[in-house]
Amino acid sequence: MSAIEPNGSFDWHRMWVVARTDLRQLLKSKDYLLPMVGLGLVFFVVVPTALLLTLTRVDSSTMAARVSDSLAILPEAAQAQILGSTPGGRTAYALAVFLFAPVAVVVPLTISTAVGAATIVGERERGTGEFLAHSPASVREIYMGKLFASVIPGYATTIVGFGLYSLMVNLVVGPDVGGWFFPTSQWWVMMLWIIPPFLLLALSLVLRLSARVKSTAAAQQASGLITLPLIGIAYSQATGSLLGNGDSAGWIVGAVAWAIALVSLHRGVRSVTRNRLLGVAQ
Amino acid sequence: MDTNPPHTNAIVELSGIGHSFGATEALKNLDMSVPEGRITVLLGPNGAGKTTTARVVTGALTADSGRVRTFGRDPVTEGHLVRPHCGVVSAKPALYDRLSGRDNLDYSAELYGVKTDKERRIRDAAGRFGIDAALDDLVGGYSTGMKTRLALARSILHDPRLLLFDEPTSGLDPESSSAVLSYIRDMTTEGRTVVMCTHLLSEAEGLADHIVIMEGGTDLISGSPEVLTKRFWPHPVVTLNSSDQRLLERMRGWNGVVGMRNDPSGARIELDDIDRVPDLVAALVADGIPITRVEPHTPTLEDLYFLIRRKLGERARADGLEVADPLDPVSNTTLAPSHGMGPGSRSADHMPVIEVPDGLPPMTERPHETDLHETDLRETR
Repeated sequence: MSAIEPNGSFDWHRMWVVARTDLRQLLKSKDYLLPMVGLGLVFFVVVPTALLLTLTRVDSSTMAARVSDSLAILPEAAQAQILGSTPGGRTAYALAVFLFAPVAVVVPLTISTAVGAATIVGERERGTGEFLAHSPASVREIYMGKLFASVIPGYATTIVGFGLYSLMVNLVVGPDVGGWFFPTSQWWVMMLWIIPPFLLLALSLVLRLSARVKSTAAAQQASGLITLPLIGIAYSQATGSLLGNGDSAGWIVGAVAWAIALVSLHRGVRSVTRNRLLGVAQ
Repeated sequence: MDTNPPHTNAIVELSGIGHSFGATEALKNLDMSVPEGRITVLLGPNGAGKTTTARVVTGALTADSGRVRTFGRDPVTEGHLVRPHCGVVSAKPALYDRLSGRDNLDYSAELYGVKTDKERRIRDAAGRFGIDAALDDLVGGYSTGMKTRLALARSILHDPRLLLFDEPTSGLDPESSSAVLSYIRDMTTEGRTVVMCTHLLSEAEGLADHIVIMEGGTDLISGSPEVLTKRFWPHPVVTLNSSDQRLLERMRGWNGVVGMRNDPSGARIELDDIDRVPDLVAALVADGIPITRVEPHTPTLEDLYFLIRRKLGERARADGLEVADPLDPVSNTTLAPSHGMGPGSRSADHMPVIEVPDGLPPMTERPHETDLHETDLRETR
């Protein structure tokens, strides 16, 4: 007998139904929702606000001068972009624009990885994989539904966090650098062009793991190992594109990441099979 | 070949199905057909391959070998045409505990493409199974019985032609079990076809229009219970008791007595005609034998099941194979004759007494599906 399920037509509505149901469960799960919101708040609001307020509002010219001196290690192109007339203002601008970039990478990857790792193996553990395996949903629809259900919490948290971060940066640092300045064009490129493919790439790997391992705990352990280097790469690429010359570096990094992510996603579809949903795959 | 009346069409046909999980053969050369509009019961002990069979029928599991046709289609390559017409209730209800009952039903309705009257259908299905009052509660707070009812409601939302129930009364109390079985019976009155997997003989007895007895991943025998019992017990059987049971031995060889099996619980007399009973009793009384009980005996599915198991064992032993004794509570602990006797709970006291005419009908006179082939014996052991 043929062991391969034919591709058939792709029902976007059915895919969205799978994703929506997973999201609905997440929203009803306080033990997941609270850490997710907390992570976003800490990284995007609490820590940056505390640091930037310290630099701009506390009268410590010695500390500001020392931090300002360290800006000399930034590339010249980046240094040329720094606004502000006081050491404190210039330092705050540099921190806000260049040094908090990794936050935008770490938050979505951490949240989405946690969701993605549990998504398929979780169905199996709860026994609901049996329901999906018998359902008319194709494995591609299930895979894509799970992918979206994993991407959306991380990316949505990041977008909301980014909005709050932008507001805070403009309110705190803006007066010292001549008005509202954030987001810069590099940040727009990073948020809309670089972060999504890295997120998809990470999830394509995590979903493969989730389909193969025997428990959610194992999936989360293993996905941590996979996404850690990926976070490192995303960190360096995102930071590099911000520090580089203009927007072109960001566009190139994003294009390469998109290509790799799409190939990985395409190959990842094969990891979800009905046998694996049932938990009987060998 | 099917022993059901010829007017029924097979909605599912499996032939030569084989499937292994690693070194374990779950299905071995399984042949089976499911007549349309009837309740087909897959009966067998745990590990017989019932669940795997149900999975193969919808294409949830791809068999390693053999041919599967559901609604005349291959459920693997044409699953998108098969699965929308199937409703499945698995052994675990497979519900989302963090969602409400309504959300669970809504999810199923959307996945199965229910577009018109979705809300009404959800209300109706929930009402039918008596869970409408709890529809907005989280499923995690449901009792086992409520979960089963919700799973049943979910299975019919999209008005499927074929329903597959895998141990649907598992974990339920007798009242809930009875209600669930009643619901299942109702399904077929609406023209649906039902396949139910169970290891409970009592459930199969009252419910099955068609039965497939399975063991070791293969079908031992299939057909309607009436036809099968008639085949193995072609003559009427009467149970007689006397204050001195040994005196009944005199009946052997009497005119009209085809067979006899005498033990302390009663003498099972096989007659060529049930109308001989009054004459027989009169003759016994005239002979001075005190009769304390005369009762016609209708062979049950339980009798049939254990007869087949016993005969298989006898044949295998005759071939020098080591086999489990179907009446041995130690070696055979997976098939419960009635409610409340789950795996491992059987004892010799609870085992039904098998009193049947000696010997199976000659193999050459029986149709294919009732043949107990030597290969079957070898493979099932």
